[in-house]
Amino acid sequence: MKLLLKIISFIGLGLSIVPAILVFGGQMEPDTCKQLMFLGTVLWFLTAPSWMIKRGVAEED
Amino acid sequence: MEKNKSLVDRLNAVNEYEQQPIPNNKLKGWRSFLGTYAGEHTAGTEFVIGPLFVAHGASAIDLVTGLLFGNILAVLSWAFLTAKIAVKTRVTLYYLLEKIAGKKFTLIYNLVNAGLFCFLAGSMIAVAATAVGIPFDMAMPQLTDVLPNSLGWVVTVFVVGAITTFIAMFGFDQVSKFAMVAAPWMIMIFIAAALAVLPRLGVTEVGSFWSVAESTIWTGVPLEGQSKFGFWHILFFAWFCNMAMHIGMADLSLLRYAKKWQQGFSSATGVFLGHFIAWIASGILYSLFLIESKGSLTFAPGPIAYSAVGVAGAICVVIAGWTTANPTLYRAGLAIQSINPKWKTWKVTLFVGLFTTIAACFPALVMRLLEFVALYGLILMPVGAVIFIDVYLLEKVGLKANYAEFKGLSLNWAVAMTWIITLSFCLLLNLVFGIEIFFLGLPGWFVAVLVYLVASKMNQKK
Repeated sequence: MKLLLKIISFIGLGLSIVPAILVFGGQMEPDTCKQLMFLGTVLWFLTAPSWMIKRGVAEED
Repeated sequence: MEKNKSLVDRLNAVNEYEQQPIPNNKLKGWRSFLGTYAGEHTAGTEFVIGPLFVAHGASAIDLVTGLLFGNILAVLSWAFLTAKIAVKTRVTLYYLLEKIAGKKFTLIYNLVNAGLFCFLAGSMIAVAATAVGIPFDMAMPQLTDVLPNSLGWVVTVFVVGAITTFIAMFGFDQVSKFAMVAAPWMIMIFIAAALAVLPRLGVTEVGSFWSVAESTIWTGVPLEGQSKFGFWHILFFAWFCNMAMHIGMADLSLLRYAKKWQQGFSSATGVFLGHFIAWIASGILYSLFLIESKGSLTFAPGPIAYSAVGVAGAICVVIAGWTTANPTLYRAGLAIQSINPKWKTWKVTLFVGLFTTIAACFPALVMRLLEFVALYGLILMPVGAVIFIDVYLLEKVGLKANYAEFKGLSLNWAVAMTWIITLSFCLLLNLVFGIEIFFLGLPGWFVAVLVYLVASKMNQKK
């Protein structure tokens, strides 16, 4: 489960940057990029807190 | 009712070790500091400072080299000055200052400090509000605005301020966790926003970036009414924009949780992501806005980021504002709480948050951010110099460290004189010799060191 959450988080992080690279390269429309980046943002904030915060606390302990 | 009680109990249980050294089992690892610094310095201010460099006519080469050297100096200051003292003493700046300068001095210092923190947090709340107001078609502030320009602006600022204060009331752990989660995403959005707009500036391949940067983005020509910034302006701004935190020792409160002093180098994540990449990225966004709006005076990071990458950009501005406003409010709360340790941190933070939110309603706080940030570091710098000398040098030259505690004084005049003379000297340099505020910190620090040594010698001989 934790691994799945991590994978989704990193997909979210990827969606926050890769579409912009594609826009820069002329391979994607800016509007599509905006939608994908929003999706990436939602994925990141839905999944990252569960494993990032737990890992942080465990490391501190 | 039961729910309310448990919330108050939870808030009362927040123990931040304000008046005692941090116990060993509460020390934090690298990850906590890397996340905190990255989150704190990839922040709402970056959406303002980057554009202001463009407005001040920085050239591309001056910007890149100035930021590089200035940021290296800032990291070295954090590691070799602040972190070393933080690990050695393990107490907050305020507690240490009380032992050195006495309760009365600390009271005055804390009030000044808390006020400055409030204004900084306020500017961040204002930046976040420019993004929150987008769906409501709120009238955005202009570069020349001083007073709030609409009721919608005031309401939006109050909503953002209330949420920020609520998070800060739960203490450093909550702030650290929030920053840790947001930091990697935020830097991605900064980079993505700049990349996505480059084609609109005429950059279609990596090789053409530098020529466009020199000819279109950082042209070296200031906007009308703005002073010209060169290499030295940028170097000193990058070094001293967080002077209060490193040379001024405010980050003792944060770094006292470090297991070893080398964790001070974790500030590099903050400065190189936030004060290098993010400043460059936000400068690119503002430059495009100036070109497309034909020199509009509107200065609103929210809509600029929204135009570049949509909703994700607007959310980034809000979260960037929060991750700076939160720890800053927390620090302001600590500053005031140390006046009376019996006050609960969360109650003090609530009061500080209200004051900060009122200040955030005034857009001038954002428009004069460069000058404010420089002034803020300068005012707090002399106390950092005093702490440095007290911890490392005073006993080596036969004088007593922690003199106020040793003699039971409520006011150590050597510290008070150091503060007054140093700031008077800096004011003189500025008014008589016309030296800009960005350059006053360095000569000021040496003056503070000299005055404190001489004043301590005279004071302790008595």
